[in-house]
Amino acid sequence: MKSERIAAIVGVAESDLGKTPNKNVLQLQAQAAKAALDDAGLTKDDVDALFTAGNWAWAPNLMLAEYLGLNTKYMDSTNIGGSSFEAHVGHAMAGIQAGLFNVALITYGSTNRTNPMKPTSQAPLTAQYEQPYGLPGTVGSYALAAMRHMHQYGTTSEQLAEIAVATRKWATLNERAYKREPIEISDVLNSRYIAEPLHLLDCCLVTDGGGAVIVASKEVVSRTKKRPVWILGHGEANSHNTITNMPDLTVTSARESGQRAFEMAGVARAEIDVAEIYDSFTITVLLTLEALGFCEPGEGGAFVSGQRTAPEGSFPMNTNGGGLSYCHPGMYGIFLLIEAVRQLRGECEMRQVNDAELALVHGTGGVLSSTSTVILGRD
Amino acid sequence: MVQKIPKPIYDEESRPFWDGLNNGELLIQHCNSCRENIFYPRSICPHCFSEEIQWSKASGNGRIYSYTVVHQAFGPYKEEVPFIVGIIDLDEGVRMMTRIIGERDQIAIDKQVSVVYQQIDNDFVLPYFRLV
Ligand SMILES: [Zn+2]
Repeated sequence: MKSERIAAIVGVAESDLGKTPNKNVLQLQAQAAKAALDDAGLTKDDVDALFTAGNWAWAPNLMLAEYLGLNTKYMDSTNIGGSSFEAHVGHAMAGIQAGLFNVALITYGSTNRTNPMKPTSQAPLTAQYEQPYGLPGTVGSYALAAMRHMHQYGTTSEQLAEIAVATRKWATLNERAYKREPIEISDVLNSRYIAEPLHLLDCCLVTDGGGAVIVASKEVVSRTKKRPVWILGHGEANSHNTITNMPDLTVTSARESGQRAFEMAGVARAEIDVAEIYDSFTITVLLTLEALGFCEPGEGGAFVSGQRTAPEGSFPMNTNGGGLSYCHPGMYGIFLLIEAVRQLRGECEMRQVNDAELALVHGTGGVLSSTSTVILGRD
Repeated sequence: MVQKIPKPIYDEESRPFWDGLNNGELLIQHCNSCRENIFYPRSICPHCFSEEIQWSKASGNGRIYSYTVVHQAFGPYKEEVPFIVGIIDLDEGVRMMTRIIGERDQIAIDKQVSVVYQQIDNDFVLPYFRLV
C-alpha cells in the first residue's frame, strides 16, 4: 500500500431516501450536506470546493451554491453519469494535492421516483441513430450486453440472479434499505422480462434520495471527528456514449480505470476486504468484476455463484443492499462511497465486514459508458 | 399507416444518410486518409481526424452482434412490445442499431441479416434488418 497521505473522506451522509414527495433536490442535498459536515466535525465555513452532478438545472453547481450560501474557490460539475461521484473524489484529491482547496463538499440529490424523467421523443445529434428503434435506453443497452455475454461465455440467468439474491441478503441487514424481504433465485427468474435476458429483479430500484461526501486535505484531517478514510487510488475511463459504439459489449472500461486505481494505491486485488460495485443491473456487476480483474473474462458467472457476494460469502460486495435493493435515484455512485466509508470505520453493525481495512468503490455511468474506480483505506 | 415513431432531428451532417434511405440506399462513410469505414455520419474521421471523408453505399448485409427482446417500452413504442432491437455488424466493418424483423425463436447472435427499408412515413424510412 502506498504510504503517502494526500486526502481523506472525513464525512458522509444520506438524505431521506425512498419516496420523498415533500422534498426537492436542493432540500435533499442540503440535508445530506449538513449531516455529512456534522459527521466530519466541520462547518459550512470550512467548505472551499463544491462538486455536484445532475440535470435538474442549467448550471447545477451555481444553483446549489447559491441555495447553500456557499462561494467556493473551486467548482466541478463533471457529469459522466452514475460514476460521476467517484470521479469527483479523484478530482478533489488532485485539487487538494495542487493546493487549490482544502475541503470539498460533494453532493447528489434526485427525486427520480416522485418526479420521473419524461421520455423524450426528440432525437437530436447522435441520438438520431438509436432512438428511432425504440430501445428503452438504459435497460435495453444493458440487456444487449448481457445477451452478448451469454452468447460468448455461456453465462446464465441463474448466475445473474445470484447477484440480485446476495445483494438482497445484505439489504435485510440494513434498515435504510428500500426492499428488505428475502428473495430466491427462482423469484428473479420468474419476475417478468423487461428486456431479454434481464428480468425485473435484475434491475435496480427507482427511488428518490441524496447523499454527501466530504473530502479533506491531510492538514484538515487532524481536526475532524472520526477516523479518516484515505483516498489511496483513483482511476477514470470511458469507452463510448451510445451502446452501439461500445467496442466490446463484454468488456467495460473498468479494465482501465481499475488498473489505474490499483497502481496508484499500490495494493493487490486479493487485499480488498469489501467491494462496493455499481449495480444498476446484475450484468453491470458481472462485467465489472471481470474487467476489474477479480476473475478472468467470461468467468464472472462462476465467480458470483454459490452466493459468494452474500453476507456469508467470501467476497463481501454491495453491503448496503446496493442499487438493486437499498436505493437508486438514477446516479447511484455517491452511495457506494458512503457505504465504503462506513465499512472502513466499522459503523455497519449487523452488516459490518470484519476488520475491513481496504475497500474498492467502482462507479459505472451511462450505458456502460464511463467508469471510475476509487480505492479507500484506513490507518 | 399511423406514424408512431418520432422523426429524428436531421441536420446537415446527417441528411445524406436519411435521404439515402428514402432512395433505397444504406449510406455509410469512408475515410480517404486511413481507409476506415465510418458510421454514424461525421465531418471528421474518429480514427485519424482526417476531414477527407466521402459517402459510400453499404451492401446492406451483416451479422447480428447482439439483440434484445423489449418487453417494456415507453412513449410511442409502448404498444409495440414485444419487439426486437439489435446491433448489426455490417460487412463493411461498422456497427449500427436497428430493429430485427423475424420470429423470436429464429433470431440469434452471429446470424446473417440484410437490410429492409421500412417506410415509416411518406418521407421517413428506417433501415430494419431481417434474417437471410
Ligand atoms: Zn481516417
